[in-house]
Amino acid sequence: MEVLSEDHKLIAEAAQGFLKAGHGVEAFRALRDAGDDKNAALRSEIAGMGWMGILLPEAVGGVDFGYRAAGLIAEAMGRNLTISPFLSSAILAATVLRAVGGTALQHWGPRLAEGQVTMALALEESTKHRPDRIATTLAETASGLRLTGRKGFVVDGGAADRLIVVAKQGGACVLVLVDPAADGVVVTEQFMLDHRNAATVAFEDVALAQADVLAMGAEAEAALAQALAAGRAVAAAEQLGVAKAAADQSFDYLRTRKQFGVLIGQFQALQHRAADLYCELAQADSLVAAALNALDAGSDDSELLTRAAKAKLARVGRQATEEGVQMHGGIGMTDAMDLGLFMKRDRALSEFLGDAGHHTDWILRHRGI
Amino acid sequence: MTDLALFRQETRQWLDAHCPEEMRLPMSEEDICWGGRHFTFRSAAQKAWLEVMAARGWTVPGWPKAYGGGGLSGDEQKILNEEMARINARPPLQSFGIWMLGPALLEFGTEAQKRHYLPQIARGEIRWCQGYSEPGAGSDLAGLQTKGVDQGDHFAVTGQKIWTSYADKADWIFCLVRTEPDASKHTGISFLLFDMESAGVSTRPIKLISGASPFCETFFDDVKVPKDQIVGERGQGWTIAKYLLTHEREMIGASDNALFAKTDLVADAIQSVGVNEDGHLDDPMLRAELGQFLIDEICFDAHMQMSGAYMRAGHELGARSAELKYLGTELNKRRQSLRVSAGGADDLVWEGTANSAGQAAKDWLRAKGNSIEGGTSEVMLSILSKAVLKLPG
Repeated sequence: MEVLSEDHKLIAEAAQGFLKAGHGVEAFRALRDAGDDKNAALRSEIAGMGWMGILLPEAVGGVDFGYRAAGLIAEAMGRNLTISPFLSSAILAATVLRAVGGTALQHWGPRLAEGQVTMALALEESTKHRPDRIATTLAETASGLRLTGRKGFVVDGGAADRLIVVAKQGGACVLVLVDPAADGVVVTEQFMLDHRNAATVAFEDVALAQADVLAMGAEAEAALAQALAAGRAVAAAEQLGVAKAAADQSFDYLRTRKQFGVLIGQFQALQHRAADLYCELAQADSLVAAALNALDAGSDDSELLTRAAKAKLARVGRQATEEGVQMHGGIGMTDAMDLGLFMKRDRALSEFLGDAGHHTDWILRHRGI
Repeated sequence: MTDLALFRQETRQWLDAHCPEEMRLPMSEEDICWGGRHFTFRSAAQKAWLEVMAARGWTVPGWPKAYGGGGLSGDEQKILNEEMARINARPPLQSFGIWMLGPALLEFGTEAQKRHYLPQIARGEIRWCQGYSEPGAGSDLAGLQTKGVDQGDHFAVTGQKIWTSYADKADWIFCLVRTEPDASKHTGISFLLFDMESAGVSTRPIKLISGASPFCETFFDDVKVPKDQIVGERGQGWTIAKYLLTHEREMIGASDNALFAKTDLVADAIQSVGVNEDGHLDDPMLRAELGQFLIDEICFDAHMQMSGAYMRAGHELGARSAELKYLGTELNKRRQSLRVSAGGADDLVWEGTANSAGQAAKDWLRAKGNSIEGGTSEVMLSILSKAVLKLPG
């Protein structure tokens, strides 16, 4: 229902057209079957279209199109199950770099925008999203700065050229840039249910230079908060694309599958469930758009809206993929159909950067209860 | 300064000068100005506010000036709404004439009908009610049986309507009547207007589970309706009725805000249930349910704002209006249910001084009708599955 600007309309159409043509669900299957969870070939192509620099300033080689545009690209990626480091590098890392500015942005910005390097955010230390429970420590020792700790669910961490690590130094938040090839860094790649890679990373007394510290204290907290807000909103947009694709396939099935001598879409029990799902997707679409627009406008309610969007999509994404399998019946359980692929991506996106419970709890605290 | 900025400035100044202080206070159901022949104003300020707004055409700001409206554009109407909201100005007049009959007349009425009926609505002189549902025609509205027999210069109308909102207080009725007994179900209906003081009209209020009686049964026994009181062609009534139902739901969509008055659920819950040492509501399951509701409320509000902007950009919602009706009414039922859960025993009090003195319980019960009136949730889902999803019939 959102009235998109002409620019945004063009971006959405270009993204969907490009991805569907060469990087759709069939391409995803081929990558999966080949055991490729990185899709490195795509990176330079999308960098060429400006996507890797979508949030970066023009001065460092970005296109600076903003969050709404990034969300439209992510939605198309969700629809096509595109494997790319877009969320980890172009959204999370780029937002951190943009927030801290200075030489880090000058040095890494152009490399990210051109697709020469990718970065991953090493944040989580437990099975659930707990950004305020960080035990990884940066210590000032006689021999310099040392990083010790352990991170999990580092999305795209297996292929990243640099890790942005969230740590504590004397109780204060600190963001450091770590080369995964450095001594003391042990990266264990994991192949996830959605056929993407995430890593667990151990830091054992890793030596860092002062220049590797991106931000400390309030500045680090603010940069992390901005990155998380952007990441949540854009992840919600991708999840919206996944949910819409699953729903579209299911609605198509209701129009073509016959049982009892009639099209199953004639059964009111299925019609009403389909229409309910359609309504939920329509309002979720508006919420995702509102959250991304609020980030672009820098408005006061952007935190509330991004968290609400992330929580809402966790529920609607589940509804779309579960209803999709059920409406398809037995064939929906097979690997030959795409529904399972959507369901798995949806599951991973729900956990990424906080599930429905996490963000609902935040909103309740925000309201004073 | 742009034209719209100038309009905002002038509107703000005019409202500041003309809206009585009393008309900026929070209002309850009893404070609504419905207008009509027998309406008793609750205060001189209420009457003055209606008169000054009607004189400016702002009781119906979007209608053409020739018919008593303000002739405002969509953007100007939004500004007027915002400026009224800014000072908490009450709506000067609410009526089915404004929401429903007016739009139908603007679309289907003759020039003479528009000039006769619309200004009366705009000035709040005539209060209208809607004669749609019948005991045997609820969700299957087109199955209605109230008949209008052609008597040359008039129709003789006989039958019964039900769920006629405020029929006992209305001056005139717009009514769906089967005038073409040989035509098909959908092409035999005409849209008639007549005076509720006509001989043969009687009403009987229906007491609801909330204790209130906003609806009536309405009976017609050989009521004479002159033939120039038909809107559109004979047999075109169903087209007009459908237009009105869609328009009603579209108005819901264009309103840019909630369908229903909101109470502060969180504040009510804190007051009633309390907060524990962790700073959480001292009822973890109620807290969790409230959390899910708040997410859905934020989501629906965002959707309403998007749909408002969509319509101001010149798009029509059409069948998608059913989506807003479905989501909005189901959400309000949850809101009212959570409200009485939070209120606990206090909100079991029907009459008395505790908490809301029964208001929460009455609102909760009344809300059960939200997903029935104006088309049930099931009818909305059926409309969407066919008109939007194109599922087979």
